[in-house]
Amino acid sequence: MIPLSWYLIAAAALFCIGLFGVLSRKNAVSILMSVELMLNAVNINLVAFWHYHTQLQGTSQIAPQVFVAMVFIVAAAEVAVGLALIISAYRRRETPVVDEMTLLKG
Amino acid sequence: MSGLQVVFLIVAVVTLFSGVMVVASRKMMHSALWLIMTLLGVAILFATLQAGFFAIVQVLVYIGAISILIIFTLMLTRRVMDEETTQVIKGWWLPALMAVILFGLLAGLLATWEDFQGMLNELPADVENLAAFGTALVNPAGYVIPFEVASILLLAALVGAIYIAMERKEKAE
Repeated sequence: MIPLSWYLIAAAALFCIGLFGVLSRKNAVSILMSVELMLNAVNINLVAFWHYHTQLQGTSQIAPQVFVAMVFIVAAAEVAVGLALIISAYRRRETPVVDEMTLLKG
Repeated sequence: MSGLQVVFLIVAVVTLFSGVMVVASRKMMHSALWLIMTLLGVAILFATLQAGFFAIVQVLVYIGAISILIIFTLMLTRRVMDEETTQVIKGWWLPALMAVILFGLLAGLLATWEDFQGMLNELPADVENLAAFGTALVNPAGYVIPFEVASILLLAALVGAIYIAMERKEKAE
């Protein structure tokens, strides 16, 4: 069967790809997409640990499943609000570039 | 190497390659389509972990809802960025270096854990036990408080999103 380490390494790599995207992309929508990558990497970890813990304990563990569901919910809420903010700022400034979004500057 | 390991390696390579293309594509729409590919790969990884429910939820919520939202936003804001030659900031090597260092640190830290080489054995087919999961979500002795808080968070986020994105005519003058 598959070693646990493979999942952890794959998730760590996906998380780092997302981190690079968040730090380096100019477009706000790109940054949100990279955040999605990072959240997905966390979910892979949680589901892998759910499998491992269930295997050790013998019965299905509820807490990891609840955690995964929470990550899904928070990701959906974050995307909805984030995209609404981007559309609202785009309407004022005609730009999706983060560096040019200076509406809050005094 | 067993068949499942080969499947895992193929899916993981495709997922990570799509992930790199999400952050490396010059065209935003290509980036969004690669994101869908990555999310599908993650769903297949869930399926290989025998978490069939979350694989389906991943397809429904991420591919069905979130990526459609992202594509809609791209279509509403696409004008400016398509002619740009680059999508990344000037000093992009610094985040790249940071990501590589973080990956090295994470891998090194995980390798010191004694169960790191543990094998994931095949569980019985009905292991997910969705009835117990669903009951725990509405059980006062279980997770009803986090469940309700998450519901209210989602509702507030959606109402807030509608309010923020709404076009106000009097301000448009």
